Amino acid sequence: MSTGTVATFEDSLERLEVGWTHASPDELADVLEGVCSDPTIGVELPYDGVDLPDWVNTDPTPADLREANAGITAAGLGIADYGSVVVQGTPDGIEPVSLFGDLHVAVLRRSDIVPGMPEAFDWLGEEFRTGHSSAIIATGPSATADMGALVKGAHGPKEVHVVILDE
Amino acid sequence: MSKAREAKAAKIRQLMETEGDAVGTSTRGFNEGRYQSVQTLDDYEGLKSEARAIKEDAIERLPELIDQLRETVESNGGTLYIADDAADANQYIREVCEDKEAERVVKSKSMTSEEIEVNEDLEAADIDVVETDLGEWVLQVADESPSHIVAPAIHKSREAIADLFNETFEPDEPLETAEELTMFAREQLGELIEGADVGMTGANFITADTGTMALVTSEGNARKTAVVPDTHVAVAGVEKVIPTVEDLRPFVELIGKSGTGQDITSYISLLTPPVESPTVDFDAPDAPLSETETDRDFHLVLIDNGRFDMREDDQLRETLYCIRCSACSNVCANFQHVGGHAFGGETYSGGIGTGWEAGVEGLDSAAEFNDLCTGCSRCTTACPVEIDIPWINTVVRDRVNRGEVSELDWLVEGLTPDEEPGGVSLQKRFFGNFETAAKVGSFFAPVSNWAAGLGVSRDLMERFLGIDARRELPAFQRETLKDWFENRTSRVDDPVRTAVLYPDVYTNHVQVERGKAAVRTLEALGVDVIVPDVRSSGRAPLSQGMIATAEDHAHDVYAGLAEHIDDGRDIVVIEPSDLAMFRSEYEKFLPEKSFERISEVSYEVMEYVFGLLEHGADADALSTSEGEGVAYHSHCQQRTLGLEGHTEAVLSDLGYDVATSDVECCGMAGSFGYKSEYYELSVDVGSELQGQFQSDENRDRTVVASGTSCLEQLDSLLSRPTQHPIQLVAPRR
Repeated sequence: MSTGTVATFEDSLERLEVGWTHASPDELADVLEGVCSDPTIGVELPYDGVDLPDWVNTDPTPADLREANAGITAAGLGIADYGSVVVQGTPDGIEPVSLFGDLHVAVLRRSDIVPGMPEAFDWLGEEFRTGHSSAIIATGPSATADMGALVKGAHGPKEVHVVILDE
Repeated sequence: MSKAREAKAAKIRQLMETEGDAVGTSTRGFNEGRYQSVQTLDDYEGLKSEARAIKEDAIERLPELIDQLRETVESNGGTLYIADDAADANQYIREVCEDKEAERVVKSKSMTSEEIEVNEDLEAADIDVVETDLGEWVLQVADESPSHIVAPAIHKSREAIADLFNETFEPDEPLETAEELTMFAREQLGELIEGADVGMTGANFITADTGTMALVTSEGNARKTAVVPDTHVAVAGVEKVIPTVEDLRPFVELIGKSGTGQDITSYISLLTPPVESPTVDFDAPDAPLSETETDRDFHLVLIDNGRFDMREDDQLRETLYCIRCSACSNVCANFQHVGGHAFGGETYSGGIGTGWEAGVEGLDSAAEFNDLCTGCSRCTTACPVEIDIPWINTVVRDRVNRGEVSELDWLVEGLTPDEEPGGVSLQKRFFGNFETAAKVGSFFAPVSNWAAGLGVSRDLMERFLGIDARRELPAFQRETLKDWFENRTSRVDDPVRTAVLYPDVYTNHVQVERGKAAVRTLEALGVDVIVPDVRSSGRAPLSQGMIATAEDHAHDVYAGLAEHIDDGRDIVVIEPSDLAMFRSEYEKFLPEKSFERISEVSYEVMEYVFGLLEHGADADALSTSEGEGVAYHSHCQQRTLGLEGHTEAVLSDLGYDVATSDVECCGMAGSFGYKSEYYELSVDVGSELQGQFQSDENRDRTVVASGTSCLEQLDSLLSRPTQHPIQLVAPRR
């Protein structure tokens, strides 16, 4: 992915006040330790040779979801113009793990960042036609203005952190 | 004032007092956000056209797309049910819940579920229904109805919500801040979601190719509603079906920007249910998700409830393109001041609400608030699917008119040579035939008050015509523009062009000085001017919903101008609302070619001056200035036509220092501000413009405005004189 697209993605995250960190596969564990606090739940990453550290609970229960401070999942795509990450619901629980914790940490491969919505929907069209059943285009934390002022963290995460995996 | 008018005025007054401030702050914020957010798009207009084309195609092919969707939903393992009406939908949903022995249904926000009143139906069957959208939950606790289709509790201030929660839930520590209120609601609703048996959502879009639905949200409640319980019921109108996943793209880019002014909402959930995500069974809190037996059930309930009839209705069909973004509510000056509790029907509110109510509830519900659309047209450029919302309101008004019966037609007898059958209200017939009243008015002026000349006192006018006695009536001039023009000879040698100055009814009878100024200005710039005897444009009857009369005007006006157009003359129009007729509404009334001919050669007078100056006319022939301060209010329809900038440019070129208002509408809107039931709202809307022009920076500036209504409103709100910009730049004699 071109440097321009990644830079645009970072600018968008900055605008959204979403933190981000670059990490190589070797650095990932340290980066995650820096941004997460216990208890942290997660779903194993689908990237070859990239594993979550042992202190991440990758087999959570409903009670763990309720108590989680952080939830770590992969993101299938990053959308540079908007600073969005695409979170794909899978049988191993990416959707609940990304949703219930106060902090969602999305781990995204640098090569999976696309410039804008046209590219994202070309990709999404293929994904849905080949059987994927769920994708959330998530942009920043959950939010509401229903109580008279903008509040971050309504029903979903109060904070989002994106780890850009440099291969 | 009649009792019905007094009751309407009282309701509006009460809502302006109790809800106007909260609604106004939020809607203006959303509207301002929209202007900023759409600027981030490379091709906003192109994207809107793309979205429009997708909807046009989808509604055209709807039966075929629904067949395709049924196949995809069923092959995905879900069920598609088409409900004829609300009762049919509710029965189906209730049976699904009963089959599951559901005790609690959690819902994410859905206007369509409000339309069918599914909550009441389920509660009658002893099923607990919980709204999980924070705004909807506030309303459920307060037992109130939404005042806005996207931000339903917009009419409630933070303080009011805090009082409500503190009284209802009696928390240990009283809740106060938005943060505290939100976290309290999150906690309460979180528990209710955990124990829910069925999750019900709406659907903003559904793609026929894969059965994928898109939910546009920000709180995360729709995600939880869809993922936690094993049964998902989605309720949506049949019009939500679009062909493919890729077709979602323009809508995803437009909907947040158009609605609440966000580039994109926090979550766009794209779901092809039943989804693969594991259910979260909080009854077994210690069983890992990996061991959960997930067996999901999905029911898509698509609701007709009048929509297929709307699809067959050439005038209401466009309503089905609506994506419920709320742009037309937020941009609307009247909506900003009263909100959806006045500017709304049984379910839907705002500009497009009339079309929805007429289609799904019936004309009676639409008639309740249809008159609050003044036709200012500011919503037409805000709408992401390019719906001609004022036209839908006009059509509904026309249909409502035709259903009304009046026994007092004698009052306006002789003043109403219209094409309408009986039934149009006297008030509407009077304003719709304003040209005739203006002729009578000029005949009597200035010998006697024109109303007195008509033999009708202000009291009688108020009682029977609903013309508010607090409004000053227009002062008709004895010598019309046409009279004046006929008694003089044109003084242009070797003219560069010949222009027909269209004698709109206001310029001809009331604002005669601006007509004279226009003639002098054009002549000074080397243009030969003709002021022909042509009928009024039809704007007045159109704004009363008298479409047949307006169309009759259109044919006459075209006939009266056709030879001039054939002869290569330009049509110059002073009154923006009449120019908008020539450039927009005549498309509905004239053959395509005729419309093209008249719309292509018609110019707003300052636009025309701008063009002449650009092509080398001598600006020094006009009244230039060395920095005189001018406060300019353009006209709503002029802004929609994109012609505000021409006036600003001409004034700046001539040396004036221009400050332009940024309100959407002055509040007067033709006859609206004269009507006794709307007078106070009109003044309330106008107070924003008044505030801008009386601010420290603007209070010493000369006031100019383009529209007759705007000038009348400004005259009543300001203590300094007003004029049309052409009067400022016309050569001094």
